[in-house]
Amino acid sequence: MDELLKIIDKNGLILAFLFVGVLTIFADYLSRTIFKKRIPGSAIAIFMGLILGYIGGELTGGQKGFSDVPHFSGLALLGGSMFRDFTIVATALGASFILIRKSGLLGLISLMVGILLFFIVGVGVAWAFGYRDAVSLCTIGAGACTYIVGPVTGGALGASSEVIALSIGTGLVKTIAVTILTPIFAKKIGLESPASAMAYGGVMGTSSGVAAGLAATDPKLVPYGAVTATFYTGLGCLLCPSLLFLILEIIFA
Amino acid sequence: MIKGLALLAFSFLLGQWMGELLGSWLGINANVGGVGFAMIILLLSKEWLIKQDLLNSEMEFGIHFWGKLYIPVVIAMAASLNVKSAISAGTLAILAGIVPVLISLMVFPFLIKNFDKSTHG
Repeated sequence: MDELLKIIDKNGLILAFLFVGVLTIFADYLSRTIFKKRIPGSAIAIFMGLILGYIGGELTGGQKGFSDVPHFSGLALLGGSMFRDFTIVATALGASFILIRKSGLLGLISLMVGILLFFIVGVGVAWAFGYRDAVSLCTIGAGACTYIVGPVTGGALGASSEVIALSIGTGLVKTIAVTILTPIFAKKIGLESPASAMAYGGVMGTSSGVAAGLAATDPKLVPYGAVTATFYTGLGCLLCPSLLFLILEIIFA
Repeated sequence: MIKGLALLAFSFLLGQWMGELLGSWLGINANVGGVGFAMIILLLSKEWLIKQDLLNSEMEFGIHFWGKLYIPVVIAMAASLNVKSAISAGTLAILAGIVPVLISLMVFPFLIKNFDKSTHG
């Protein structure tokens, strides 16, 4: 046993790969059986990650969730800012200017409407809950965009770990809400054509939520929604910690 | 494979550098939009490589692999966050997560309608 622990401590990142992989298998299983694929496996896995983060905090009293538990420090490396930002940049490869150009003005307008609407309402709710500093407000507003934009913004602005966790939680609730509500409201809001799916991906933005929600509505619409949705996170990462933060700072300074 | 990975690394570092420069230029001690810049650089590089007929599937794989890792990374990130402190404000996360989705669902039909008018009318 000592030998195994020695190997694990030496190869923390490798253990983190294994750990997250096993968690994903379990989450996919739950998604298939209990939730009948209504909630995507990735959303369940992230939720389980947050629960583990909570358990880690309870067990150790530390600031870094489950990665404070002995032998699991590799999780903090895998989930750290270097890997996080690097993998987000890599997802841009899936988006193409040509496809975006096809969705044209509607896609662009829906992206702007989506980011501004989610950001403003997110900031408004955070304000109602007593947050008054521009950094925290901006991070939570960014979290209302997606669970990626939140921590990227919070990391860039130097928000506290609690606020960043909160922004991820907010983005996660959004993903689950979009997944569940999309098939229910699809017909009512006119979500039936590829063009409307592109607009929908732009407004809602959460790639996993949009993809899962559209899959439950009409699988043919998935790629169209995903095209614009992949741009949402990038645009959010560009706008939230820069322009939108500056506006907030002017208002709240 | 490594060529794609190198392109990704190049875009990443250049983008982060631009974000860092923009941050200090704006007088904020923070990286401003570095990730977004990196994404744009990667997309432009990709377009350019396609035009030059230099992009092959091996190279794309080197980038795709990392793109696919982003959900696992977010899972690891979620597990290494200070969730315990955030949980006290759980209602905030739920409201800030759901309310804008409901508003968007209400706004969405108008967005499509107005756009149709502006293109056809």
